[in-house]
Amino acid sequence: MIKINRISKSFNNKVILSNISGEFEQGKTNLIIGSSGTGKSVLLKCIVGLLQPDSGNVFYDLRNFTEADKEMKAEIRREIGMLFQGGALFDSKNVEKNVMFPLDVLTTMPMDEKLERVNFCLRRVGLENINSKMPSEISGGMKKRVGIARAIVNNPNYLFCDEPNSGLDPQTAILIDELIAEITHEFNITTTVVTHDMNSVMGIGEKIMFVYKGIKLWEGSNAEIMDSGVKELDDFVFTNKVMRSLKGK
Amino acid sequence: MKEFGQYVMFIGSLFVRRETFKTYYKLTLDECILIGVKSISLVALVSFFIGAVTTVQTAYNLVSPLIPRFVISEVVREMTLLELAPTIIALIYAGKIGSSMAGGLGTMRITEQIDALEVMGINSSSYLVLPKITASILTYPLLVIIAGVCALTGGYLVGTISGVVTPNDFVYGLRYNFNDFNITFALIKSFVFAFLISSISSFKGYYTQGGALEVGIASTAAVTASVIAVLLSDYLLAQLLLRA
Repeated sequence: MIKINRISKSFNNKVILSNISGEFEQGKTNLIIGSSGTGKSVLLKCIVGLLQPDSGNVFYDLRNFTEADKEMKAEIRREIGMLFQGGALFDSKNVEKNVMFPLDVLTTMPMDEKLERVNFCLRRVGLENINSKMPSEISGGMKKRVGIARAIVNNPNYLFCDEPNSGLDPQTAILIDELIAEITHEFNITTTVVTHDMNSVMGIGEKIMFVYKGIKLWEGSNAEIMDSGVKELDDFVFTNKVMRSLKGK
Repeated sequence: MKEFGQYVMFIGSLFVRRETFKTYYKLTLDECILIGVKSISLVALVSFFIGAVTTVQTAYNLVSPLIPRFVISEVVREMTLLELAPTIIALIYAGKIGSSMAGGLGTMRITEQIDALEVMGINSSSYLVLPKITASILTYPLLVIIAGVCALTGGYLVGTISGVVTPNDFVYGLRYNFNDFNITFALIKSFVFAFLISSISSFKGYYTQGGALEVGIASTAAVTASVIAVLLSDYLLAQLLLRA
């Protein structure tokens, strides 16, 4: 479980996040949702330590990450897998080397075991026989899947996904969402997804945090989101016709 | 001053939370090939012609019959060892390798590859930059030696073929009044230039923010800053080490 406690962050005196608290539960897909520019990605970066919050703390299973020393931070980070918006695959390495990378630098596993684990993860995300392809030779959806394979290869306890289905066609986006949810349940990991895609919200949002202008306005599940009673959330949820028609029913 | 402070802290960050020696060994070898081996042909070509042109132009300026012809190769030798091989090649090196380092790291930054390393608990600056600087320090002096040999070969071939100096005079001039400290001086300069070019270019690339346009700007800034640093340190080293 990840707990965040009163996280605040400003850039050049502009407040981006203000006193955000909440919990991300183990074995569930936890979503951080909100419009573009509302501070979701900044919040995610504060949680994984890419940004230092101005105030507040992040706890990974009761371990205070924000105030941890460098060794403790490195130890916690080794339990983290992250899927970046563009995949963030290393251009100079092929798919196999990309997925194997965390094992190369973080473990002393023998080569045959590493290869076995890499192939298992690639099969798990539905990719086979592309080990020797370079990132530039595969599609956007495949890059995301390779990114997921790399994120889970080291058996992480925590998985973070930053806009996992941005730039993908609706079908591939749903496949990626389903894959993230399946992996979360299968390996019982704490997954946190930042998204503004309502398909993801309705499809995999077991626990949802709605952020509006740097403030947490609502928390709940996808079953409760239609009747939140929060105007800003309603504006966000019912922007498209399909959602509006659902509300009418 | 703020940027200089940031640069010093960046250099300091290369030596904390390092990975295993094996990891750096592999990365450094890869960088040696990329930085050193793949630069040999360019360095050889440029220095050959620099040597050739220096010979012809020195001969053109030595018109007095009182000056022996072997002075041509003596001048070419001194210019090559003291300035052309270490410094002019450093400027070319900054353009080729410096911009490539800054562009590569800048692209990794904007495509979140550096963030991916950090999230994995890896010291990204140390992992990415230390092998580049080490490889640069290892290979650039060798490139300078190659440049020196190619420049003198170019001078010899052009000088003797065009008839401005005889082969015997050229070789005599190369050996005449030779001060072996000049080679030491050239190598000292090459170590300093290699460090400056690789570290400054990496620094510029590593802190790129924005998009493709900013990567281009970072590459240009890397070359500009490296060239200024090379020329400034060239002057300081000459002042410090070449006192008559």
